[in-house]
Amino acid sequence: MTTGTEQITQLLSGDEAVALAAFDAGLALGTGYPGTPSTEILEYLDHLGGKAQWAPNEKVALEVAIGVAFAGGRAIATMKHVGLNVAADPLFTVAYMDVKGALVIVSADDPGMASSQNEQDNRRYAVAAGVPMFEPSDSQEAYDFTLKAIEVSERWSVPVLLRLTTRVCHSKTLVKRADPGTIKPAPKPHYEHDLKTHVMIPAHARPAHQRLRAKLAQMAEWNEQDGPNQLVPGYTSLGIITSGISYQHVREAAPDASVLKLGMTYPLPLELVRKFAASVERCVVVEEGDPYLVEGARMAGINVENKPEMYRFGELNVNRVRRIISGDTSPEPKPLPGKPPALCPGCPHRNAYTGLKDLDTIVAGDIGCYSLGVLPPFEAMHISVCMGASLGVALGMRHVLPPEQAKRVVSVIGDSTFIHSGITGVVEMVYNPPPTGHVLVILDNGITAMTGMQEHPATGRTLDHARTGKVVLEDLCRALGVKNVHVIDGTMDPMGLEKLIKEAIEKPELTIIVNRRACLLAAKAIKEYERINEQQPCN
Amino acid sequence: MNSNRVTNIVVAGLGGQGVLKASDIIADVAFAAGLDVKKSEVHGMSQRGGSVASDVRFGEKVFSPMVPEGEADFLIVISEDQVPVNQHMLKKSGLVIDPTKIDVNQLRNKKSVNVALIGMLSRHLQFPEDAWVVALKKNLPEPLIEANLQAFNLGRG
Repeated sequence: MTTGTEQITQLLSGDEAVALAAFDAGLALGTGYPGTPSTEILEYLDHLGGKAQWAPNEKVALEVAIGVAFAGGRAIATMKHVGLNVAADPLFTVAYMDVKGALVIVSADDPGMASSQNEQDNRRYAVAAGVPMFEPSDSQEAYDFTLKAIEVSERWSVPVLLRLTTRVCHSKTLVKRADPGTIKPAPKPHYEHDLKTHVMIPAHARPAHQRLRAKLAQMAEWNEQDGPNQLVPGYTSLGIITSGISYQHVREAAPDASVLKLGMTYPLPLELVRKFAASVERCVVVEEGDPYLVEGARMAGINVENKPEMYRFGELNVNRVRRIISGDTSPEPKPLPGKPPALCPGCPHRNAYTGLKDLDTIVAGDIGCYSLGVLPPFEAMHISVCMGASLGVALGMRHVLPPEQAKRVVSVIGDSTFIHSGITGVVEMVYNPPPTGHVLVILDNGITAMTGMQEHPATGRTLDHARTGKVVLEDLCRALGVKNVHVIDGTMDPMGLEKLIKEAIEKPELTIIVNRRACLLAAKAIKEYERINEQQPCN
Repeated sequence: MNSNRVTNIVVAGLGGQGVLKASDIIADVAFAAGLDVKKSEVHGMSQRGGSVASDVRFGEKVFSPMVPEGEADFLIVISEDQVPVNQHMLKKSGLVIDPTKIDVNQLRNKKSVNVALIGMLSRHLQFPEDAWVVALKKNLPEPLIEANLQAFNLGRG
């Protein structure tokens, strides 16, 4: 491992750069839920020797990180864009609260939906929650802005949003580490009661909201003068305002243009924007996703040009930026479609889907590898909304469909997703059972497979695969009040699995079937972790 | 190779074929040569056998991490059926490097096709052979190094 004194340049992904900065800043804890493209941040933090752990879901991750910061430590919570929806509840309130250490929330957005169910632009969260936001455009900035986010968080006692996108997370670019002497040492954790800022009852929250707005006004002023924004001089005939990865495309597509690159994009440095827009003949905003910067500028009465609506969808690239600048709205060439992903040969989910298809079920599914059951040859998953929705949505359908159709509704969820947000669905199932009962199949492959084999509370191993407490899915389901709970290996006994599902469908009762067999890609590694853990004394 | 311009390489194939490993090795060689390097990839669902592509760009100064369409100097394709899918990335004078150009039966380990193709690429770039060997060793686990060095040499010819 490198010591903190080396300022060597490395080739790192944006995710790795965030982890390295957090490590160099003496981070007390990194926590999150794996979600592409954010997953590697905590894995790399662990690799560096920092303290990193997986939380059951993003809400819990953020809450734990809030606690670390309340106790004076530096904390980072990582998640993908949709994960911030899950964590939004604590986010909006912690914005009012004084954190003593640093609290950095990483939102890794996925424009173009390389592996996501929507392409929401989480810059909106910064505005909605009132939290300052940084947007790096490469790994060096991912490193620098993480340090900057820690600094701002501690200076104003606020949570800070570090918004990455897929291309920043997963591109490798050069990174030079900061001179350790330039990083303010991490404070020593210590707690003192501070009810006015740590208890958000209305009497405390009302002034807290006012304090937040005052802090934001100060941060806006700081951003104007000292924020990580950059002016690239060029021709005055064309000026471009940009942020994040779009900056890189802009510099290549329009090397002669004047460019204002914004690094801290909430609160916006509007005077800087105004001055820049006035200095050029034509001022175009080039940004990926929603017209966030455009709206900000226009609301301040600054006249800027938006990109044509067609470029709101998907990622930007050099060619698309060239088209935006030239106002080209002709249809874009469509490259040939690639080969879609598929369930691996020998995947334990395969038999479950074959069984469900044979029985002509209506399957409300969830987010994970098994989402691939939507595609041929299975075509055995019919609904997928968000993490954990397979239960609630299916129960809603069961409540209103005619009984013959209602009893064919089956929920399917993976083990990691079940822990993430399926448990409360079971509580709903027990509390408001439909007259036809319901069937939940937990596809337990023993790992968070989709994001690349991460541990979770039901594997009984921590992020670094060491032994820890284990949530036993079938015990939990029984404890929640479901009487019919079965565990089966559908790969070894496909007919048995099909028979179980068929019987469960016919019964007007609640049934949970845990279909358990390790992910084919992870099985060997899991065996090895278990072998090593058995040799260690259990703490 | 002219260091004043950016060299663009696209590596494509299917999940599990070593697309990302190959692009990592190429990026490391350019990095070791002191050039500005950017490497871009999209993964996630693509781990399940679907199409995967990764871009490597190097030169004095690189901005976008993505190779613009029609500007790739080299298109390395590990699975032949991915050639048509990625052909649009290649510039007119660009070179396709695919498994039809090597005798895969001569590979000690059939999974080293990616590295054999890197060997073919290495002929067209002015990096010293040692640099490739160092990058290979850095990116591969010890037991696989011998077979991959053999694959690299087969491609390099």
